[in-house]
Amino acid sequence: MAQKTGKQTYLITRPVYVKNAASVVGPREKAGPLGKYFEAWEDEDFGEDTWEKGESRFVGAALTSLLTKEKVSSDEIDCVLSGDLENQCTASSCGLKDSNIPYFGVFGACSTMGESLALGTLLVDGGGFHNVICMTSSNFCAAEKQFRFPMELGGQRPPTAQCTVTGAGAILLTDTPCKTRITHVTPGIIENYQIKDANNMGAAMAPACASTVKMHLMDLGRTAADYDLIVSGDLGILGGGLFKEIMELHGYPVSNHKDCGELIFDPKTQDTFSGGSGCGCSAVVLASYILREMNAGRWNRVLFVATGALMSPVSVKQGDPILGIAHGVVFENL
Amino acid sequence: MSGNLEHLTEKQYQVMASSKEQKSKLWKDCMMAFLFGGLICIIAQTIKDFLLSSYFAENVYGFDEEGAAAITTMIMVFLGAFLTAINVYDNLGRIAGAGSAVPITGFANSIVSPAMEFRSEGHILGVGAQMFIVAGPVLVYGTSSAVLVGLLYFLLK
Amino acid sequence: MGLLVKYLLVFIIGGVLCAIAQVLLDKTKLTSARILVIYVVSGVFLSAVGIYSKLVAIGGCGATIPLLGFGHALCQGVFKAVDELGFRGIFTGGLGAVATGIVMAVVFGLIASFVSKPKSKIQ
Repeated sequence: MAQKTGKQTYLITRPVYVKNAASVVGPREKAGPLGKYFEAWEDEDFGEDTWEKGESRFVGAALTSLLTKEKVSSDEIDCVLSGDLENQCTASSCGLKDSNIPYFGVFGACSTMGESLALGTLLVDGGGFHNVICMTSSNFCAAEKQFRFPMELGGQRPPTAQCTVTGAGAILLTDTPCKTRITHVTPGIIENYQIKDANNMGAAMAPACASTVKMHLMDLGRTAADYDLIVSGDLGILGGGLFKEIMELHGYPVSNHKDCGELIFDPKTQDTFSGGSGCGCSAVVLASYILREMNAGRWNRVLFVATGALMSPVSVKQGDPILGIAHGVVFENL
Repeated sequence: MSGNLEHLTEKQYQVMASSKEQKSKLWKDCMMAFLFGGLICIIAQTIKDFLLSSYFAENVYGFDEEGAAAITTMIMVFLGAFLTAINVYDNLGRIAGAGSAVPITGFANSIVSPAMEFRSEGHILGVGAQMFIVAGPVLVYGTSSAVLVGLLYFLLK
Repeated sequence: MGLLVKYLLVFIIGGVLCAIAQVLLDKTKLTSARILVIYVVSGVFLSAVGIYSKLVAIGGCGATIPLLGFGHALCQGVFKAVDELGFRGIFTGGLGAVATGIVMAVVFGLIASFVSKPKSKIQ
């Protein structure tokens, strides 16, 4: 059973391993700098007549790809934890409706991958669950329609804006030994710095990311240098800079930091402003690039911190601040 | 204040965040808005002058000023709607900014684009109900302020 | 020379009206929807005090095609209707004057929703 260490961090005592991971992305992600790490890609609508149905297909495709790779049947999976940005998480539920796997829908905005991984790890650590799939998805077009404007409306977005990633990433956690295991999880608290600009999510999330990373390091008596890599979810170029500045301010300088939102697109050629965002952003980057490079031995201890901006179109219109949250998970090679 | 970051106050962070904000390229954006906005107006003027020309009057139909203006509006709305339907107007908007949003073609775009987007939610509650999500405010405040000045005009006349 | 100057004025006035909106867009936190509302309402009031008609006389379509011109048409429509119909004209004149644009846009919107699909633009 997980052991509480310090204020927010839990040591995983019954080993939880990463068995395998799968991702399916959209065309823009495939064309980006990490393109070669993504094994499959599809158009945003996945051949369906609505963006929402398309996103569900991404969820289903990521799950199928993971099960096929591992040659396991859905009966062997104890549960799947999945979330997305659509109203009431329908992309996940519709995408998994034919899977016959017990399903928990989770929501933590763009931090959902961290949330589902942390919860999945604790389930396996608890002893009752043996194989758990953690996954999330997002879709550029569905998110634009829900949170911003119709696709065909002509207009510009400010340079602080981020671009929702299209794709779904899935990770299979198990209790049978594999190369990479999860050693700690640090669930985050909500940080509110009164950021109200819905076009500047990076700034809303950076304090939450710093809050979780700082508590994690404090709880374990570690410094950032104890990790080969600290990877944040979707702070983007702007938020990533703010995160490092806040860490510096609190006496925890971070030099080995990468951000999934910054990695996935090339802002010079792809017109993606401050970088990628969305539930799918950290999920597909972790499930492909990060875990594959870990498997190849490039990094041996990685702190993954998925970051989320908790808001809805209604809360933004009503003038509420955009709240930040971040959940940390430590991956370590044996 | 609550939270884990004791060395970071709300005020301090607001300053930090806005200092990092990359600013829009004002001169370039304005230049583009000016060029495209001006160009769209030139196109409209050309159409209108053609409708009023003696060639058109002799060979097709003799419009008066008002009639020509109405037909010009119709053609411009059609152009905006057509470019939206063939998935071009949003690309234009990305380059031209306000230059494509402020002219009447942009008004057409703001009605046609939600109509296309919300077809997936049905023709009644999707297309029908959502068509004015962008243009609605313009009509509400435009007509209301016209009623206000009309009332004043009526009373002062 | 007359034609060239006329078209130059159309271009400059239309361009400047758009460029002002762009400055508001870039320099303030105003959303584009708010700026468009400000434009149409300004058009109505500038027209009511007689300024906008002068701009239209110089700039032609450069003044009528931007959204300010939409406000101008609303206002002039109301004035004309009040002259002709009295009190009733306050309510019939505005939309009557801009009906062409709105109705065309609605009909084209409906047609487009049948024949065309929104597309994501890949960079």
